[in-house]
Amino acid sequence: MSTYPDDLRYSKEHEWVRVDGETATIGITKYAADELGDIVFVDLPQVGASLEQFGSFGVVESVKAVSDLYAPVSGEVTEVNPALSGQPELLNSDPFGEGWIARLTLADPAQLDELLDADGYAQLTA
Amino acid sequence: MTYSPHTDADRERMLAAIGVRSVDDLFADIPAAVRAQRFDLPTPLVEQQVRAELGRLASLNRIPEVSFLGAGAYRHLIPAVVWEVIGRSEFATSYTPYQPEVSQGTLQSIYEFQTLICELTGMEVATASHYDGATATAEAALMACRLTRRNRIAISSAVHPQIRRVLSTYCSGPGIEVVEVPADLAEGGSGLTSVAAVESVLDDSFACLVAQQPNFFGGVEPMGDLADAAHAAGAQLVAVVEPTSLSLLEAPGAYGADLVAAEGQPLGIPLSYGGPYVGLMAAPMSAVRQMPGRLVGGTHDAEGRRGYVLTLQAREQHIRREKAASNICTNQALCALAATAYLSAVGPQGLREVAELSTIQARHLAAELERAGLAERRFTAPYFAEVAMRLPDAERRHATLLEQGILAGHPLWRDYPELDGTLLLAATELTTDDDIDRLVTALAASR
Amino acid sequence: MSVAERPAPPTDASGRGAAFASPEGGEELGVVEPLIFEASRAGRRAVRFPDASQRARDAADGQPPLPAWAQRGRPARLPEVSELDLLRHFNRLAHLNYAIDLNFYPLGSCTMKYNPKVNEWAARLPGFAESHPLDPDAIAQGSLALEWLLAELLKEISGFEAVSLQPAAGAQGELTGLLMTRAYHRSRGEGETRTKVLVPDSAHGTNPATASMVGYQAVTIRSNDHGGIDLEALRAALGADVAALMITNPSTLGIFEDQIDQVLEAVHDAGAIAYMDGANLNAILGRFRPGEAGFDVMHFNLHKTFSTPHGGGGPGAGPVGVSSRLEPFLPVPLPVLVNGDPDEVRRNAWAGRSTASARFALDHDRPQSIGKVRMHTGNFGMFVRAYTYIRSNGGAGLRTVSDDAVLAANYLRIGLADAYELPYDRICKHEVVFSGRRQKRQHGVTTLDIAKAILDAGVHPPTVYFPLIVEEALMIEPTETESVETLDAFIAIMRDIAHRAEHDPESVRRSPVSTPVGRLDEASAARRPDLRHAFEAGDV
Repeated sequence: MSTYPDDLRYSKEHEWVRVDGETATIGITKYAADELGDIVFVDLPQVGASLEQFGSFGVVESVKAVSDLYAPVSGEVTEVNPALSGQPELLNSDPFGEGWIARLTLADPAQLDELLDADGYAQLTA
Repeated sequence: MTYSPHTDADRERMLAAIGVRSVDDLFADIPAAVRAQRFDLPTPLVEQQVRAELGRLASLNRIPEVSFLGAGAYRHLIPAVVWEVIGRSEFATSYTPYQPEVSQGTLQSIYEFQTLICELTGMEVATASHYDGATATAEAALMACRLTRRNRIAISSAVHPQIRRVLSTYCSGPGIEVVEVPADLAEGGSGLTSVAAVESVLDDSFACLVAQQPNFFGGVEPMGDLADAAHAAGAQLVAVVEPTSLSLLEAPGAYGADLVAAEGQPLGIPLSYGGPYVGLMAAPMSAVRQMPGRLVGGTHDAEGRRGYVLTLQAREQHIRREKAASNICTNQALCALAATAYLSAVGPQGLREVAELSTIQARHLAAELERAGLAERRFTAPYFAEVAMRLPDAERRHATLLEQGILAGHPLWRDYPELDGTLLLAATELTTDDDIDRLVTALAASR
Repeated sequence: MSVAERPAPPTDASGRGAAFASPEGGEELGVVEPLIFEASRAGRRAVRFPDASQRARDAADGQPPLPAWAQRGRPARLPEVSELDLLRHFNRLAHLNYAIDLNFYPLGSCTMKYNPKVNEWAARLPGFAESHPLDPDAIAQGSLALEWLLAELLKEISGFEAVSLQPAAGAQGELTGLLMTRAYHRSRGEGETRTKVLVPDSAHGTNPATASMVGYQAVTIRSNDHGGIDLEALRAALGADVAALMITNPSTLGIFEDQIDQVLEAVHDAGAIAYMDGANLNAILGRFRPGEAGFDVMHFNLHKTFSTPHGGGGPGAGPVGVSSRLEPFLPVPLPVLVNGDPDEVRRNAWAGRSTASARFALDHDRPQSIGKVRMHTGNFGMFVRAYTYIRSNGGAGLRTVSDDAVLAANYLRIGLADAYELPYDRICKHEVVFSGRRQKRQHGVTTLDIAKAILDAGVHPPTVYFPLIVEEALMIEPTETESVETLDAFIAIMRDIAHRAEHDPESVRRSPVSTPVGRLDEASAARRPDLRHAFEAGDV
C-alpha cells in the first residue's frame, strides 16, 4: 500500500489540497497520475474563476486518455501553475510538489471535513 | 466471382477444428423471428462480365468536348506521376496509421501535407484533412463558436451555395443560428460581400464571419476589410479559399483570417462526379486543441530516429467520446496524398503557372464574349478564374450548346433567382484558345 | 506450423537499412527518409505548363486586373524537385507502410479484406473520373444510373426502404441518421421531449460523439455477462425522453445480439428510433437484414463490407438505409428514376443491359429533408468500387463472404483459446476479442507489448485496448479473404508470443526491433507538438 503526504487532504476523485492560512493549493495525486500515464496537457482554470467543491474545473490529458479535474474545495482561483503549460510531465514526476495545479482562496474551511486524510486515501486506492 | 481463397476441404477442416457440422451452426444465435427472409440479388459476374457492366454504365455519361463548368470543382491536369503515387497499394490498402512503426509512409506524407497547407494558407497548423471543403468549413465555423463561446454564425451569400447548405445542416445539430449577409448582387453591383452589410449584421453574439476568396462568382473579395469588420465585433474570420489561387492571391494568414477552410480537389484529384475530395483546414497554434480531426506530429524513437505519430488524440472521439470536438474519425488520407504529390510535382513555379493561365484564360473568355456582343459581365469586381456572364435566352442556349458537346458553365439562377440569365464560366490551365473560339462560335450560332 | 513458416515481413531492404540501423549520434536525429522539403533545390522542376498565347494575354489585358492589395506577398515554400526524385521519395515512403496487399491485417472492427483490382480499374474509367458533379443530369446518366442501382442493391442487402449514398464516412452516416431521428421526432411534436440517445458500453466512440453533435445526451447502457446488451437496464432507461438506441450488431465484441428481437420491440414500444451501426455488416450478409428485422436506420461502411480501399485512413463512404418513417428526411439530392419501370430497369441492369426508356435525375425537391451533409451526392469513386464488388460477388458471393468471415474468426477463436483469455467464450461472428490480462498480471507483458511483438513477426497487430469493456483487449478480425495457411501462420505467431511472454518476457517487451523505426515517443509528440516542418531562415 502506498503512503501519501500527511499534510494534505484528498478527494475520492483523486485530487489533493494543501491549506496554508486562507490559501488552498490543489493538484492531482500520484495515484491518478500513474493511472493516466504520460500526461501531455492540463487545461488550467482562469485566474479569478470561482470553483465549486467537487465541481469540474478543467481536464487533464494523457497520450490516450482524458480525465476531468474536480475541485476538492470551493474558492476563487488566485494563481495557476505557469510551468504546466510547457512541462505537463511535472504532474507525473512531482504531483505533490512542482506539479501543483492552482491556488485558491479557501471559501469554507469546513469543506475539508468532507475529504480523506492520507490513511483514508491510501485505503481507497489500495 | 468471390475473392474467397477457401477450397471445400479448407472449409471442412476449419469446421472440424471449431467442432460444428456446418456453417449454419455459427449463425444459430440469430433469433429465428428476425432471420433474413430474402436476399434477392443479381448473379455473380466474372471479371470479363463485370468490366462490360461498368463499361456500359460509364459510357452512359457524356463527357463534354469543351467545358467551362467549375463552380467549386475544377478540371485540372493531374500529372501522371501523381496517379502513379496514389496507385501504390502500400498507400491505398493500408489502414489508419494507429501502429506508427509500420505506417511511417502514410504518417510522413500527412506531415508533409500539413506543412504544405500551412505554407499555402500562411497559417501555423493544418489538419490531416476533412471530408470535403463544405464539411471543413462547417467544422471551422463550429470551432470558432467553441473558441469565442458564442453561438451565431454569419456567412456571406457569395459563399458556395452547397457550403452554406452543409453549414446549416451542421449547425442545426447543436442549435447554432446561421445568418446570411447579402452580397451586392444588384444591377451594376460588384458581386462582392458588402463590408457595410457585415458591419451592420455583426454584433457581440457572433462567433465568426464566413467569407470565400475568390467568392462563388469568382470575384476577389476585400478579405482584409472583412477581417477587420469581423474583429471589430470580436468575431473571427473563417476564410474559405481555393488552393491554386493562393499562388497569386494573398495568404489568409497575411490578411487576418483566424481559421481557413478549403476544397482541395483542384490539387490533383479527379472530378469523379463529386468525390472523394479533400477538405483542408488551418488555424493558429493557439487554437490547436479545439481543432477537429486528425493531426500528425513529429517525434523520435529510443534510438534517436525521427518518426511521426498521430498526436493530440485526446481531442478525438475514440478517447473523448461524447465530449469530443467532432465525431470525425477518418481523414481523406489518400486524397491528401494526391494533393501532397501534386504540390510537390508542380512546385511553386508550376502552381503559379496554373493560376496565371487560369486567370488569363478566364479574362480571354470574357473579353471574347464581350467583343462579340454575346454576353456581358454581370458584376464589376475583379475576378480570379471564373466569371459571371449574362446573355439573352441563356437557359435554351445552354441546352443547345450541350447538344453540341459544349458545356457553357453553371446556371446561376437556380440558386440566385436575381441572377436570371447568368452563367458562371470557369477557365483552368486546360482551357485552350480553341475552346474559347468554339464557345463563341456556337453561342453566336444559337442566337 | 513452425515459426520459420511465418509470412515474410512486409518491409524490404531497399537500401534503407543503413539509414535506420545506425542513427547519427549527438543531437541530430537519424532520418529514415528525408522530408520532401529537405530534398528541395531552388529552380528544380518536375511538371511544366504551356505559356498563354499572345492573343489570350492581349485580350485579358482589357479586363479588370487583380488589385495589388489582393496579391500574394511572401510565396509559399513548396518543394522544388525533379519528377524522378519525387517518385523515389514517395516510393520509399510506400516501403515504410504496411498494407493488405503485403500481408495479413487482422485489425478488429476495420474489416481489412482484399480490395479487388478490378474495382480500381472501374473507378478510373474516364466516363466516371471526368464526370463533373454539376454536370446536367442529361449528360450524367451513367453516374446517376450507378448511384440508383447501388442504392437498390444496398436496399436489398439491408432490408431498408430507402438509401442515401451521401454521407462521406461511417461517422457522417451516424450524424445523418441522428439528424433524421430528430427531424422525425420534431415532426411528431416530440422534438423537445426526446433528448437522450442510449448507447451500449461496448460502442464505438463515434456513437456518443455523434449524439453530442446533434445536441443529444448520450446515456450508456451496460452489457450483460454474455457480451450482449443488458435488457433490463435497457428497459429501465427507455422512456418518453429517449430519442434513439444506437447499437452495433454484431457488437464490437464480435457477438450477435441474440435478444435483438426483444431489444427492437422495447425500443419501438417506447416510441424511439432503432439505429444500427453497420460497421460489422460483413458478418451477417444474407443472414440478417436490419431493416427487415425492424431497425429504422443504419449506416453502411463501404470501405469495410464492400471492399473499397482504406487509403491510410480515408476516403470512405457511409451511406444510410432507412425505414419508411424516416424516408422523408433523407439528405438532398437523391438520385431517382424519373422515367421507366423500376423492375424492368433493375432486371435489365442485372443482365448487363441498358433500358432505353430509363431517365435518372437528382431530386432536390424534398421539403422535409435534413438538408445536405456534404457537397454533391457523395464519394462517387467509392460507389463505383462498391458496385463493382457487389456485382462481382452477386448474392451467392456475398453470402459466402459472411460465411467465410465468421468461419475464419471462429477458427482463430478455437486456435488461440488456451493461449489468451477469452472473456466471452461463445460462438463469435466476424471478429473475436481476447484479453491479454493473464500475460500482464502474471508476466508483466502488456497487450501493447504483444502488439509490437506481432509487428516483429511481420504481421499487423489486431486492434488493441478496444472495446473498452475488455481489459487489455486484443480484437481480431481475419476477414474472409485470408487462406487457412495464413490463419495457421497467425495462430503460430500468437502462440509463440504467449509462450515467450511466459518464459522470456523481456524478448516481448523489447519489440519491435525489425520495423523502420522503433517505439515512438508519443508523450513528447503531444506535449510539445511539432505539426509542420520548420524551414530554416534562408529557405524561400
